[in-house]
Amino acid sequence: MQNWISRIAVAAVLSAAGASVALAETTVGLLLPKSGVFAALGAEIDDGFMFALEEAGRVDEFTIVREDTEVKPPVGLAKARKLVLQDKVDTIVGVVSSGVLGAMRDFVHQAKVPLIVANAGNDHATGESCSPYIVRVSFSNSQINRPMGQWMYDQGVRKIYTLAPDYAAGHQMIEAFTGSFTAAGGEIVGGEYTPFGQTNDFGPYLTNARATNPDGIFVFYAGGEAIRFVKQYGSFDIKADVPLYGSGFLTSPLYVGAEGDAAVGVKASLHYVPTLDTPENNAFVAAFKARFDRMPSEYAVQGYDSARLLLGAIDAGATDRASIAAALPKVAYTGPRGPLEIDPATNNVVQNIYVYDTVKDGEGLTQKVVGQIAGVRDDVNGCKL
Amino acid sequence: MSDAGFWILQLLNALQYSMLLFLLSIGLTVIFGLLHFMNLAHGALYMMGAYIGISVASATGNFWAAFVLAPLAVTAIGAVLYFTLIRRMRHAGPMNQVLVTFGLIFVFLDLVRLGWGDIALGLDAPAALQGTTKFLSVSYPTYRFFIIGLGLVVMATLMTIVSRTQIGAMIRASVENGDMAAAMGINVGRLFFAVFCVGCALAGLAGVVAAPVFSASTGMGISILIPTLIVVVIGGLGSLQGAVVGSLIVGSIETIGAAVLPGAASILIYILLAVILVVRPAGLIPARA
Repeated sequence: MQNWISRIAVAAVLSAAGASVALAETTVGLLLPKSGVFAALGAEIDDGFMFALEEAGRVDEFTIVREDTEVKPPVGLAKARKLVLQDKVDTIVGVVSSGVLGAMRDFVHQAKVPLIVANAGNDHATGESCSPYIVRVSFSNSQINRPMGQWMYDQGVRKIYTLAPDYAAGHQMIEAFTGSFTAAGGEIVGGEYTPFGQTNDFGPYLTNARATNPDGIFVFYAGGEAIRFVKQYGSFDIKADVPLYGSGFLTSPLYVGAEGDAAVGVKASLHYVPTLDTPENNAFVAAFKARFDRMPSEYAVQGYDSARLLLGAIDAGATDRASIAAALPKVAYTGPRGPLEIDPATNNVVQNIYVYDTVKDGEGLTQKVVGQIAGVRDDVNGCKL
Repeated sequence: MSDAGFWILQLLNALQYSMLLFLLSIGLTVIFGLLHFMNLAHGALYMMGAYIGISVASATGNFWAAFVLAPLAVTAIGAVLYFTLIRRMRHAGPMNQVLVTFGLIFVFLDLVRLGWGDIALGLDAPAALQGTTKFLSVSYPTYRFFIIGLGLVVMATLMTIVSRTQIGAMIRASVENGDMAAAMGINVGRLFFAVFCVGCALAGLAGVVAAPVFSASTGMGISILIPTLIVVVIGGLGSLQGAVVGSLIVGSIETIGAAVLPGAASILIYILLAVILVVRPAGLIPARA
């Protein structure tokens, strides 16, 4: 008995000593929406981030301070200030909304605090308003859509009608697609930007699209609008003769269950698909499923890769704000998405873009990869680092 | 697709949207007309109808169970609100009413987030109403025809009740002059409660019926509130005929506007609202002569 107790005591002392050595060398501010329209995405990114730390067995090395952006630019900026000035974080990770990113860009740039962007896709963030302190591991709006123009042209698609919500991301996504599609020789026969967050009925737009007799419709919608759009598209006869293409957020694994059969046959491009058949992704999906009992979405992968990037920078010897910012763009590895590196010219991620088809799999739906565009790199777009 | 086919489709789209707006605005306008109560939580009740409907449908596997139970559940929620808050707030003045019921929207929004999560949900139309139906050379989703039909049935039923039955006469009398109606022996309090319940049931019905088309998200209660309020203001507060006319006008302008002048679609309706407020501040068909 005595022996048993002393053994526990020794073990406790040893582990405490071990922990105190490794404990909290880096303070990370996780700046994600926990309320508002993007709360679900924030939760996915948070899970992915923590999963990467757990997988590496290095949770103890980090102190995590969580703040809620509420998807409001002024709130995001105030929380970024709080994380930097009060919590003295070494790095900020997160930011789902491009509006929030735009509001805090100048602050993190001037405070010289590294920011790992885990979602916000505004092209300008790694273009004309790029910063040596802002590294984006998620995607840029045009990166996801640009490859789709050539791919669709190669599939024999010639005439396209476009639809997207009327805000910055909607315009960037559609313009990137139309740019490459018309450069390849395709024709845009019409298109509309629908009032963002106010469009309940897409019937009038679908009827307009049909009237132009296109070979297909290319759209960007996300979240509730994606579900609404795909379901309404499926309920009209238009599904029978005008195929639907889009940014992969349209039929993201997160929403496809709610879309049901209407999503079958929709072809979309995205930087991650959970059914990607690579050793890295198969291992990632199996471990993620075992931990969370669900498939990882592209948002979870963005959180996961944010942590991988940070771990990579620390492994390269980074210890404080300046050295982390300098080390982040040099990290490269092959992860669930495939080969991943940071473009030193823009600090945006260079990654594969996948075209996938949504297909039936027994009772449910799954993603079948039908095309792959390797190593998609954005133009410099006025970025001076 | 022929030009005629295009316009038939767009008119059907307009009619379908108008009918959903009608189901929502009729409850709101009658509650205002009768109780002089601006119940902004009406949008939240619509959202609850959709979410409860989705849960009932997934538990029973039957859309029609949701179609019946969701409005009843929303009525029960409405009754609780009536006895805890609304009855107490009746004489508190419009500003307090608006603040309290607007606050309720956020309470319900967070309740839905806790109960159903942040990710939007869909609901499948019943098997019998899936697919499309031919009508005047165009094919149109059968479920949307069902919404149009349901709206017309509710409209005709309410019109008949209000204009041809004794209860209708009592409601009209109470809207016209509540004190006088009470003096004539009408139990105005009980009548108010009954009408309030019907309004809540219709909001719940609109929610569950809209879910297969619009899907259900936590923002749906607020986003539908604006067009609904515009319908009520254009038609005339408290007026059944006003709600009919208002919803047809707003539904048509939003839909045809989106089809013909997409860039201006979202402001057309506000221009109309401004014009009506200047020219006929009481609405097109005011409840009180």
